[in-house]
Amino acid sequence: MKLEELVILIATAVAAATPLVFAVIGETITERAGIVNLSADGTILLAGMAGFGAARATDSIWVGFLAAALVGAAVAAIVAYGAITLKQSQIAIGFILALLCADLSSFLGAPLVLQPGPQVPALPIPGLADVPIIGRIFFSSDGMVYASYLVIGLAWLYLYRMRGGLALRAVGEQPAAAFARGVPVVRLRYLYTILGGALIGIAGAAFTLDMKTGWTYRHTAGYGWIALAIVIFGGWNPLRGAMGAYLFGFLEALASFAQSRVPGVPTQVFAVLPFVLMILVLAATSGEWLTRLIQRAPPALRRLLSANLNAPAPAGLGKAFEQD
Amino acid sequence: MLVELRHIHKRFGAVHANNDVSLTARPGRVHGLLGENGAGKSTLAKILTGFITRDSGDILLDGKPARISTPADATAAGIGMLHQDPLDVPAMTALDNFMAGMPGRSPVTVLRGAAAEKRFREIAAGLGFKLDPRDRVGDFTVGERQQLEVIRLMALGVRTLILDEPTTGISAAQKDQLFEAVRQMAREGRSIIFVSHKLEDVCALCDEVTVMRRGEVMGGRVLREEGRLLDTPARISSDLVTLMFGRELASPSRETHRQEQPAFTLSGVVLDDRRLRIALPEIAIRRGEIIGLAGLEGSGQRLLLQHCAGLLPATAGRLLGRTDLTHKPHKAYLRAGIMYLPADRLKEGLIGGLTLQEHVALRRSVAGKAGTFVNRASALDGAEKAITALNIRGRPDSRVERLSGGNQQRAQLALMPAQLDLILMEHPTRGLDVESAMWVWKLLRERCASGTSILFASADLDEIMQYSDRVIVFSGGQVAPPVEANALDVDRLGRRIGGQMDA
Repeated sequence: MKLEELVILIATAVAAATPLVFAVIGETITERAGIVNLSADGTILLAGMAGFGAARATDSIWVGFLAAALVGAAVAAIVAYGAITLKQSQIAIGFILALLCADLSSFLGAPLVLQPGPQVPALPIPGLADVPIIGRIFFSSDGMVYASYLVIGLAWLYLYRMRGGLALRAVGEQPAAAFARGVPVVRLRYLYTILGGALIGIAGAAFTLDMKTGWTYRHTAGYGWIALAIVIFGGWNPLRGAMGAYLFGFLEALASFAQSRVPGVPTQVFAVLPFVLMILVLAATSGEWLTRLIQRAPPALRRLLSANLNAPAPAGLGKAFEQD
Repeated sequence: MLVELRHIHKRFGAVHANNDVSLTARPGRVHGLLGENGAGKSTLAKILTGFITRDSGDILLDGKPARISTPADATAAGIGMLHQDPLDVPAMTALDNFMAGMPGRSPVTVLRGAAAEKRFREIAAGLGFKLDPRDRVGDFTVGERQQLEVIRLMALGVRTLILDEPTTGISAAQKDQLFEAVRQMAREGRSIIFVSHKLEDVCALCDEVTVMRRGEVMGGRVLREEGRLLDTPARISSDLVTLMFGRELASPSRETHRQEQPAFTLSGVVLDDRRLRIALPEIAIRRGEIIGLAGLEGSGQRLLLQHCAGLLPATAGRLLGRTDLTHKPHKAYLRAGIMYLPADRLKEGLIGGLTLQEHVALRRSVAGKAGTFVNRASALDGAEKAITALNIRGRPDSRVERLSGGNQQRAQLALMPAQLDLILMEHPTRGLDVESAMWVWKLLRERCASGTSILFASADLDEIMQYSDRVIVFSGGQVAPPVEANALDVDRLGRRIGGQMDA
């Protein structure tokens, strides 16, 4: 493979991963607050369809993204109500919503199938786009890709460097302790679930209006589940989650690259290959052996490694908050 | 701050948890709130801190009526509480915990870690606590987590501090440190409410005390004026016990059931769990004997218990019972009549989601005495017998996690097989009220009378002294040979734990 090809491959990967980045950050924020929004896959489909439809009807991609965000927020609000107020199983609620939204997207989106529609315009950043290699990979795309960089950075900054992020993490870890400190647990859990849902919705529109334009039956199916897996792989950290999304994007780009090189193999193999590889990566990067490896490390290194590699789930994840 | 609670009522369903409770805590004084488990102390503390809303009654702060309906209201009014189970976030550093929930400013302000760390260290130094704000709270002991909470509450500027059962699960040294810090805070003009069921702690620390029983105030006493006890400790204790229980409890007699014949012998045993390595002296456990394991928590008592239970193989040495048990599988230990009751009753002892009845059925099926289907009638019968025999407050279909600590411990005892040669226990009476604790020991001693030996670890020196025939002291990686309890007293035992092995 020539350098030229590699640059194109990586640039494709970064662009292809952008919708996933939004979904992963959205889900990371939600889960950091202690709520699992398992509906992500259905949400992405429904919001992607709605975003495409709205943008087509108004001929404005802004309206499209707004509609997608609202749909995502609305689905998340149902998850939040069921999980926080009704204290029902987050798994059951999320799973049912995932199926329901997927079917709803097929049903309501039928008139949109294979219709033309608006797209996010390409927008190379003047100056930066001309930097060799880096410019081609990171700064020759469009507004959504740049927005995703911003979302990653802001999410990390908020979670780890700001007062609100500290409260958010506390709510997801030990809601009772956060409540005792005067943090409004219920309100914050609603807020971050809905905010995260809006980001997942935007991921849907990022597919239908940008990276995988248009609408077909089950247009984005599978990406929501991958996003959920990447959140775990990323240890509920926006930076590592984004890395996971880029890794998946790279595997996808690699699969389509290989497809053009190896014509004899059925295309379905390359379509599922990234998912299979992702499972292998997940299996290899989590688990006991990593913990054991960290324990062997010299003490000075151990704290650093354990802080960065060993990321247990938020302790309050998936549990209803009971105020006695 | 002067805190007055007046005629507080609170009902939970049929239970009148607080029935016309009044209490006054004065600035500069440590006010004890004493009572058995379930007397309504915690309910009252939670009402004052906004975790529970009262049905009726008034709260007056410095003479003015206060509206407290959330923990944030309480914090704003200057009331802070140190909870029985530390309410913090183990996954975060001490500093993050310290900063989380500090009032003021919008959520999108950047955290000022350096300034907070300076403040943290100042307060910690002022109270005599040695905590590194950069350490993860999950690595702290319970005592250190309490210290962190105290530091945090001080930073919030609390003028009234409530401590709910703070001496449960902390070492003796940490208790002294905590008490010293509490006295210091009282001297600075704060009012302190010390909630406890431990008589000796209340006597050691409090200036005044209010005693509760079954949701009502049974009476109040002034114990100290200007730091001086007004009466002898013994008289104060018996007076307070009478208030707590309505009658005087007789301690069980110290007769021994020890026989000459040894039941188990450990020779040359070396134990190592990668964090700690200890070499044990020769220990011959005699039939019917009770051996107390004394020492700071984590000095190896647990290793010895786990080894005897067949859960931790020794790196060297032998364990002999009726047969040679060295390096035998866990099942062989069970067959040898060895029972291990761990400290964490719900994690390792009982199964929280199952009912008492189901525990009885489970025990039978594990013992291989059950068919394919659960015999509900006989399980119900077994559970009912256990409830009557051990005076468990619960029903056969009560889920175990809903029972109080004392009743869980009784349930564990009820589930023990009838024929046992050795019982291994960690903190047999931790978190139990005096009455439950005495029950537990009464049952254990009955076991001894029938020839069962007991090895138990406890952080409560009085418990060790009161019930042991012999004591093994664990200190700083060393294990002393067993000593006759008659040859010791609490002071000397304390010094041995502190490292003066020949005290």
